[in-house]
Amino acid sequence: MSLLRALTEKSWMDKTIEDVPALGRLPMPTARVGLVVFLAVVSVLFSLLVASYAMRMAVGDWRPLPEPPVLWLNTLALMLGSLALHRSVAAARRGQLAVARARFLAGGICTVVFLAGQLVAWRQLDSLGYYVATNPADTFFYLLTALHGLHLLGGLVAWERTAVRLWRVPDTARVRLSIELCATYWHVLLVVWLVLFGVLLADNGGPIALPFMHHHTG
Amino acid sequence: MAQTAVIGDEHAHDEHELHEPKGFVRKYIWSQDHKVIAIQYTITAIAVGLIALVLSWLMRMQIGFPSSLEFIDQEKYLQYVTMHGMIMVIYLLTALFLGGFGNYLIPLMIGARDMVFPYVNMLSYWTYLLSVLVLVASFFVPGGPTGAGWTLYPPQAILPGTPGYEWGIILMLVSLVIFVAAFTMGGLNYVTTVLQARTRGMTMMRLPLTVWGIFVSTILGLLAFPALFVAGVMMLFDRLLVTSFFMPSIVSMGQPLDYAGGSPLLFQHLFWFFGHPEVYIVALPAFGIISDLISTHARKNIFGYRMMVWAILAIGALSFVVWAHHMYVSGMNPYFGFFFATTTLIIAVPTAIKVYNWVLTLWQGNIHLSVPMLFSLAFILTFVAGGMSGLFLGNVVVDVPLSDTYFVVAHFHMVMGVAPVLAVFGGMYHWYPKVTGRLLNERMGKIHFWFTFLGTYAIYFPMHYLGFVGVPRRYYDFSGIGFIPDSAFTLNAFITVAALIVGVAQGIFLFNLVWSAFKGKPAGGNPWRATTLEWQTPQTPPVHGNWGPRLPIVYRWAYDYSVPGMEQDFLPQNYPPAREAAKAARGAPVVTETTP
Repeated sequence: MSLLRALTEKSWMDKTIEDVPALGRLPMPTARVGLVVFLAVVSVLFSLLVASYAMRMAVGDWRPLPEPPVLWLNTLALMLGSLALHRSVAAARRGQLAVARARFLAGGICTVVFLAGQLVAWRQLDSLGYYVATNPADTFFYLLTALHGLHLLGGLVAWERTAVRLWRVPDTARVRLSIELCATYWHVLLVVWLVLFGVLLADNGGPIALPFMHHHTG
Repeated sequence: MAQTAVIGDEHAHDEHELHEPKGFVRKYIWSQDHKVIAIQYTITAIAVGLIALVLSWLMRMQIGFPSSLEFIDQEKYLQYVTMHGMIMVIYLLTALFLGGFGNYLIPLMIGARDMVFPYVNMLSYWTYLLSVLVLVASFFVPGGPTGAGWTLYPPQAILPGTPGYEWGIILMLVSLVIFVAAFTMGGLNYVTTVLQARTRGMTMMRLPLTVWGIFVSTILGLLAFPALFVAGVMMLFDRLLVTSFFMPSIVSMGQPLDYAGGSPLLFQHLFWFFGHPEVYIVALPAFGIISDLISTHARKNIFGYRMMVWAILAIGALSFVVWAHHMYVSGMNPYFGFFFATTTLIIAVPTAIKVYNWVLTLWQGNIHLSVPMLFSLAFILTFVAGGMSGLFLGNVVVDVPLSDTYFVVAHFHMVMGVAPVLAVFGGMYHWYPKVTGRLLNERMGKIHFWFTFLGTYAIYFPMHYLGFVGVPRRYYDFSGIGFIPDSAFTLNAFITVAALIVGVAQGIFLFNLVWSAFKGKPAGGNPWRATTLEWQTPQTPPVHGNWGPRLPIVYRWAYDYSVPGMEQDFLPQNYPPAREAAKAARGAPVVTETTP
């Protein structure tokens, strides 16, 4: 369906003449449309947070915090999780139930590892004295990672429900869509995390942090 | 291939739908039926709106007759202002237009059996109710609700000296965050349902404008409410964890606080990035409803349907690039102000297109002065009046002196208070027969209309003059301000009397709602002889699943009124075209068979 054609239809002139006119829906499953709409909302949410981050950083009292190295491992875990779900979709499409199950499980485990790793990062920062209210850089770190983690937790609820079904059904046909939707959600949250991680790293003397911003920090 | 999957999808959906819920609780409390959810939303929104109405009375008593009610002190006054504004804008209008009208009308108007995610739809209502309860709870906590003004500007919103800074503001922010979650669940449904559940033949450009208005309004909401969510969460951090997102270094009551470096302007940007689209979130559904009401009650097709759709889309897009016109007095780069003034004034173009098209629809129409039509005409007048004062305020140099005066109160009450409420009333008088099977009493309706229409003008029109003489808004007490003439006090007393009368007149409407449900004139399926699908249901009120065994098929647009050469003056959207017309459309000469 061409958007332009749809919006320029002269509906007052064109009467349908066939007995069973076509359905006008998008050529994708309804659940996927719903997910795409939701992911648009999620993207707006994190875009606004990143914009706020940039604006707040420019005020002048910004003291970058040291990103705990464990974040790199977490990033790897989330990438593996996303990849595992992606491969699970491929297996489901080929009808390989056992493979799809194994990869789907791996995706979930990687995600739990990621979330646990994020908690480790929080504890490390906390033990170093970077508390939520110490500096806006710290506050943003906790806020961004918390909101991203909550979205993944929500994803894990959907993952769990899909997993239960995946272990009950005799073949992959009926859960394929659910696996695909999980994979899509994970990919987007991975991209969100990569953006957030990049933004968090970039304030360590990266391109966003100009020298004058550190003058007041003493 | 994808198409097969989709059609299979639909069959599965239909089978699921056939399991009609049994028992009162499943049917009317934990209901997943869009019609029941719509009624739940509507009743809740009206109930909380009545609280806001009473708060406005209390404010007006203080302004019109200072200190006549002893329990209203400065703090309470500010709390009333805040709660009145927040409830009316978000918990009443947004919830009523989208949760109420959207839920009821979208599936019926597009020929669907229900929303596409009924369970999420049910969750949406209960989450909304939770947000309302949290909000109302703030009246009962120590210190009372927040008095920060409905814009909740930091730093004052969370500092001692502002009423409700201990508990009220926390509950307000929590309630808003919950509301955003509820709205997102509902919004997902409205958008996806319009995209995916339209019946056969219902192309996007055959949608009634009501659906277009609600559809685009929902998209605006989905993109704008995250800003409110972010602002709310960040301010909760500042309030509870003493972070400094929005809070600069401050000495409060002689004590330096732990805040430093935060940016109050950042909050304003986030708030208005939500706040301006919010204006159109309540205006676009009103536009749509008014278009359908005018067309139906003037027995004439809507003038310039495509322009109407494009104007809705243009207004929706523009509404995201005008937010800083709420911040002219916050201090900004002059070029910034120039940019936002320009985009703001450009919105007048698509808006004017809509107004002209409504007027041209009425032109030479067969105008029935039914109650819905009266409210529609009143809407056009009020919206134009409110829009005109918007042209003043959109310009930076005019806005700066007027910004903190009653001129602004007059402007936004006309344009996004009274006008959308008139559309709500028009819509309720129009669709009530579908919901209950009975017409609202017309005599009571007309009395209600004239009190509301003339009464609101009596309230808000004089406020423009108060604004011109410089009467500041949000003040508890005007005594001792030299430049305010005595006549302003008289005018304020007059406005208060008008506000009390208009408020009481809403009792007529509420009585009518209840009375007519039992004693109203039976309406039949299509009392207004309207074309859109919701009037073509096999039962009135529509039963679970809406359409009986077979979904309707749509053959034409939504506005075939007074089509030349037809016996009846309206052709429903599912009315099949005559054979001759079909042949002519294919290019075959219609007369061949009769030619010897």
